[in-house]
Amino acid sequence: MSANLRVKSSEYIDETHRVSFKFNGKTYYGFKGDTLASALLANDVHLVGRSFKYHRPRGIMTAGSEEPNAIVQVNDKTNRTEPNVRATEVEIYEGLEASSQNCWPNVNFDIGGINNLISPFLPAGFYYKTFMWPASFWEKYEFFIRHSAGLGKSPSEKDPDIYDHRNIHCDVLVVGAGISGILAAKNAAKNNFKTLLIDEKNELGGATIYQNKEFNKIDNQSSSDWIKKEINGLKNISNLEIKTRTSVAAYHGYNYLLARENLTDHLENKDKDNKVRQRLLKIRAKKVILATGALERPLIFNNNDRPGIMLSTAVKKYADFFGVKCGKKNVFFTNNDSAYESALCLYNKGIKVDAIIDIRNNSNSKIVKAVKQVGIQIYWSHTVVDTNGYRRLNNISIMKLSNDGMTVTGNRINISCDCLGVAGGWTPAVHLFTQSGGKLKFDEDNNLFLPNKYPSDQISVGSCNGNFNLNEIMKELSIKLKEFLKINQTDFDNIVIESEEETSKRNIWLLPSDKAIGKTKPFVDYQNDATAKDIKLALREGFRSIEHVKRYTTTGMGTDQGKLGNMHALGIIADTAGVKMGELGTTTFRPPYTPLTFGTIVGRNVGEFFDVFRRTAMNNWHIENKAEFENVGQWKRGWYYPINGETMHQAVQRESKAARESAGILDASTLGKIDIQGSDASEFLNRVYTNAWSKLAIGKCRYGLMLNEDGMVYDDGVTTRLGENHYLMTTTTGGAANVLGKLEDYLQTEWPELDVYLTSVTDHYATASVCGPNSKKILKKIIPDLDLSDENFPHMSFKEAKINNIKCRVMRISFTGEHSYEVNIQASFGKALWEKCIEAGKEFNITPYGTETMHLLRAEKGFIIVGQDTDGTMTPIDLQMDWIVSKKKYDFIGKRSLYRSDTMREDRKQLVGLLTDDPNIILEEGAQIVSELNQNPIQMLGHITSSYFSPNLNKSIALAVVRGGKDMMGKKLFIPMEDKTISVTVANPVFFDEENKRLNA
Amino acid sequence: MKNKYSVFSLIKNAFSDHENWQRAWKDPSPKKEYDTVIVGGGGHGLATAYYLAKKHNMKNIAVVEKGWIGGGNTGRNTTIIRSNYLWDASAGLYDHALKIWEGLSQELNYNVMFSQRGVMNLAHNLQDVRDLKRRTHANRLNGIDAVYLNTDEVKKFCPIINTSPDIRYPVLGGTLQRRAGTARHDAVAWGYARGADEMGVDIIQNCEVIGIKRNGDAVEGIETTRGFIKTKKIGVVAAGHSSVIANMAGLRLPLESKPLQALVSEPVKPIIDTVVMSNAVHAYVSQSDKGELVIGAGTDDYVSYTQKGSHQIVEGTLNAILELYPIFSRMRMLRQWGGIVDICPDASPILSKTSIKGLYFNCGWGTGGFKATPGSGDLFAHTIANDEPHKLNAAFNLNRFVSGDLVDEHGAAAVAH
Amino acid sequence: MFVINCPYCGERDQQEFKAGGEAHIERPKQPTELSDDEWAEYLFMRKNIKGVQFERWNHAHGCRKWFNMVRDTSNDEIKLVYKMGEKPPLE
Repeated sequence: MSANLRVKSSEYIDETHRVSFKFNGKTYYGFKGDTLASALLANDVHLVGRSFKYHRPRGIMTAGSEEPNAIVQVNDKTNRTEPNVRATEVEIYEGLEASSQNCWPNVNFDIGGINNLISPFLPAGFYYKTFMWPASFWEKYEFFIRHSAGLGKSPSEKDPDIYDHRNIHCDVLVVGAGISGILAAKNAAKNNFKTLLIDEKNELGGATIYQNKEFNKIDNQSSSDWIKKEINGLKNISNLEIKTRTSVAAYHGYNYLLARENLTDHLENKDKDNKVRQRLLKIRAKKVILATGALERPLIFNNNDRPGIMLSTAVKKYADFFGVKCGKKNVFFTNNDSAYESALCLYNKGIKVDAIIDIRNNSNSKIVKAVKQVGIQIYWSHTVVDTNGYRRLNNISIMKLSNDGMTVTGNRINISCDCLGVAGGWTPAVHLFTQSGGKLKFDEDNNLFLPNKYPSDQISVGSCNGNFNLNEIMKELSIKLKEFLKINQTDFDNIVIESEEETSKRNIWLLPSDKAIGKTKPFVDYQNDATAKDIKLALREGFRSIEHVKRYTTTGMGTDQGKLGNMHALGIIADTAGVKMGELGTTTFRPPYTPLTFGTIVGRNVGEFFDVFRRTAMNNWHIENKAEFENVGQWKRGWYYPINGETMHQAVQRESKAARESAGILDASTLGKIDIQGSDASEFLNRVYTNAWSKLAIGKCRYGLMLNEDGMVYDDGVTTRLGENHYLMTTTTGGAANVLGKLEDYLQTEWPELDVYLTSVTDHYATASVCGPNSKKILKKIIPDLDLSDENFPHMSFKEAKINNIKCRVMRISFTGEHSYEVNIQASFGKALWEKCIEAGKEFNITPYGTETMHLLRAEKGFIIVGQDTDGTMTPIDLQMDWIVSKKKYDFIGKRSLYRSDTMREDRKQLVGLLTDDPNIILEEGAQIVSELNQNPIQMLGHITSSYFSPNLNKSIALAVVRGGKDMMGKKLFIPMEDKTISVTVANPVFFDEENKRLNA
Repeated sequence: MKNKYSVFSLIKNAFSDHENWQRAWKDPSPKKEYDTVIVGGGGHGLATAYYLAKKHNMKNIAVVEKGWIGGGNTGRNTTIIRSNYLWDASAGLYDHALKIWEGLSQELNYNVMFSQRGVMNLAHNLQDVRDLKRRTHANRLNGIDAVYLNTDEVKKFCPIINTSPDIRYPVLGGTLQRRAGTARHDAVAWGYARGADEMGVDIIQNCEVIGIKRNGDAVEGIETTRGFIKTKKIGVVAAGHSSVIANMAGLRLPLESKPLQALVSEPVKPIIDTVVMSNAVHAYVSQSDKGELVIGAGTDDYVSYTQKGSHQIVEGTLNAILELYPIFSRMRMLRQWGGIVDICPDASPILSKTSIKGLYFNCGWGTGGFKATPGSGDLFAHTIANDEPHKLNAAFNLNRFVSGDLVDEHGAAAVAH
Repeated sequence: MFVINCPYCGERDQQEFKAGGEAHIERPKQPTELSDDEWAEYLFMRKNIKGVQFERWNHAHGCRKWFNMVRDTSNDEIKLVYKMGEKPPLE
């Protein structure tokens, strides 16, 4: 049966444009302009989902982003699926598929509904009290709990959509485009403020465009007609930008706000491709005007959750705005006049309203009189005590309220109805205000939390500031705008407003039933199934703080974040505990206001843009020559260069031998390079390195070790004196940025008297490192003019040279122990330099090698790698590098820390070499070292930091840090692996060419 | 004697509409004097009081809390529990805690939902691999159940991780501790409170410490917003506010309090059955029993007591999450929040006597204190009761910052070479 | 996220800056003269104030200059910024 519950057409619905969509596999039709909720209601579908805990049938409760019940999975089993989407926010499009969640096998018959039957045994926090026996069984209980919890399903495929970010700086940001927001934005923009107006809906006007038509008049027109003209006028204001379908998610300090702009969710799937789906607006506003409106409150009574029970204004909005009647037999239940407005609206559209149940004694407002006139029955001083209908409301029972509102009297009156519009008053939407750090005050007369103290340049206007009367809203707005924007007048200072004052109010947070509370189900948090009795139980058990009650009962922790029920929870706590609500405070409103898609937060920072790689000038050559790459810090570095299907081990063995036997070439461009200039440059280096620098001659290079102030090795590298007051420092690849930052820090804050300037030149130079016995011959070929004799250009020295007229810097330094040159050239010539070296080296079988071979070669020489052989706990003494720690210098960074009792201990871990008894066994880096195998607990002495098979020594070698290792030369130690124990002997960490003969070979 | 919690008591109480449950803990006013006052009613503080009463036969104990119990980092963390630490001292401390976790629900008669679903740490570069292997070897020899996994094994244990070799931070391997997992954070505070209350500990909420009274080198009591309380022993377990209390006593601590943020997604059906941590990209994720993805972000670099951090931290974390779990792109963030974490220079805690007699500090847990809650409480109770540390917390003294014997759990410095 | 008024560049987003901890802890001129306790005091001990704190910030992604800030850590309100070497305001 496909019912049609459309009433008189609405101007917001395009009835010429029929849209088909599927819900739970069945095809339905709606119109362009419908939300999924309005289209389902038009088809008389109220049962949309099942609740979280008890799996109770639930329907559509609201018409907005506060919806707790009608949440669905859209486009299931596609790569655009999304769980937990509010049907009230989905604009339908051709081909939309939506399905109910949290039910099996289907929403009409859900096995999980058994939880409702056993609900007496599942009070708040029941899981803290059970599932403890036997102790090992929790994971088994948990399996079932996890599978019955959760709502929708996570997507399981890669997201096809694109997300984007935009930074916006504006003078005035207005959040919410109801009447207050529209007028605020218009007046700001017209007074030369660059203004941004944002609303979460797809149309402007808020409630004014469809509310209070009959009784609110502006300049003698209905308020809705008047606001429509205002909206039209906005288009012509030049410095006003308007964003609809945009929800402000978070309001941080310093007027920094995040908003999500929805761009394609309302389009047909085929029109979504290659477009930005959502954009995160990062807004920095000089001034913020919050006009976020108010949310209608429900009333808390027994079984107040059945499909068909809706907010009164939602019933009205569906009729008025979407042209849909929510029920055939409509009843309203209220504590204020707004339900009368809804009732009258329905009546005027020819929809039958059977009764209004009002907890108040009476009201004499015009609108109530009008309702009386049309003959709708009103039950004053009555409350709903129960409702019936499992999958859809079919009747309610009402009883007379006692004067104190605590009990009911008389007999039940049953009223048959399939839609109950509930009006519990209004809760100002102060979420963003409190997120920004604003403090609330409680208005005891009206039971409202209102903005009190603004933490930044912002104001709240309209109903989010507790103002619900149109006349007062406009008066207050005019005054506030003039003060806030420092303008003399607004363009609505003189308009004439006719609006009605609420005359009578009565608030009861928890309405009584004729049944004992323990036998009732008055839901406070619909989605999480938290009831008023759960709150009372929590209080009984000693949970006093609102945060405790919230966490114990899960009130307010659903996907709607308790937008509807939080106030009632507070009210019930206050009433039960006998305290004033203002003293209770509220729970924290945590961002985001409505859930924010991860993809939107991430924007374009996905894939290669997540963290962009840095690549050297020679990178393409490495790719062309089939290099395998290693990620080092931000860099892509050549790791090894396999040929003819070599394994990594084979390639590294070949590269290592070639570098020692003839020639190798390494791309060393990634090392950090810092240009240091100034008359105090030498003194500066004296202070930052452990060794002395004053006497380094111009044109010479020196290795330096840098410590943290706590004495631990921080970085190392070779620094070259280019001139009297000019040095070039190199750092490790990963440490470059941190070293520069640290040096700047000392220079600016501790030693401002030094005349020193630091500049990073890492990216400016490309570096080819040519090593091996034939390196000199190769260099001669590329730079024929340079005198490469040991006398003119000895190890640890530097020359400027030219290659084809391009200036370059050549350092004769070595990290491999071989005769070696590092040629630095302007980065744009890096690849040409490299190719030139390769070409020149061809006759010597020059072999490109990567980081792995570099590591092996330096390990043969016992050179450390900071970060591999050190871990932030090694001093230079621990590394047996005492030689580099100046005893003469008065001070350097970290020096004092070397002389503390524990850093001077002899039994610290020290760097040693290890040789395996079986030379073919390669130790695992990271393996632990012991001296005794039969201890319990076993005493670990240290670990393997570097380990390789050395092709040049034809045996396995390793570096390790070992407690007291310095004095263990020749001692046998053990490496207990999972499946075997490997015996090793402590050795000198310099395994190869101890006399450094090869440097000058 | 309180109600014993069990399925039978639930059924029994159902028949009286749950009207007869007793308070989990009382709400006493402070007495004039206690033998020991614990400052801070988080998990660590409540556990300390519980073990003082239970194991050290101390009866006259108060826990004073400026807000509501469990409202600080106990109720704000991502609930990861593991003990696969590198250094012997840390492994001893955290595994002591893990062993208590394994029987905690039964001990407290309160289901803390300790779920041993395993914790996986991922390696994304070659140095990560070395570091994780080093840690795994050390764990094995320390009797901790960690194993090293290659990329395929990582994928098998958690199929939704993107293990493609072509991504920015490819998964090169990982470690797995199967005994590790998560627990229900609030329940830990509530369970210890209930247990301590039953043994006579006064749990005093809304009672803020505003001064520490000293007589020479010894403490005499605390000034609070609810009056002066005399005591000879004060155990401060105030996390992010430790320095505030220390300053009252004229002490300085090696701590900085920084914002740490976390977030949850909307709840969905089970999609990830373990806890996955990635230090290199700073992304931790697990799924709560309710179905929310629980994601831990990093700390900001400035001191703040606002419980708010900057958006760029959250954005950076989600960038990393989507790098490793691209299927989560359409999931939505439901809630984000911040805590204040007290960070030591070596990323290890302080459980120590001080230079002032009768004043003890338990702080510096940084981003990872939740997992240690039971062990920390037990060892701190021992330290207070005996005026001497237990051998398992001896290394976590204040003097290490003077002598240089740090327990540096940062591990390797920066990525280098 | 704060807006920070760099004394050299003007107002910029916090993302451009790095925090550098408590200010006005001068590196001892003669570290070797200090006891281990005094050195530890310099190296590690911090006031870590809840309230108005003097601290160092660096315009890392801007002019790279270090400067001082007075900020209330209880609400993140920045009271003042001033250049390195300038005297801290008394209150």
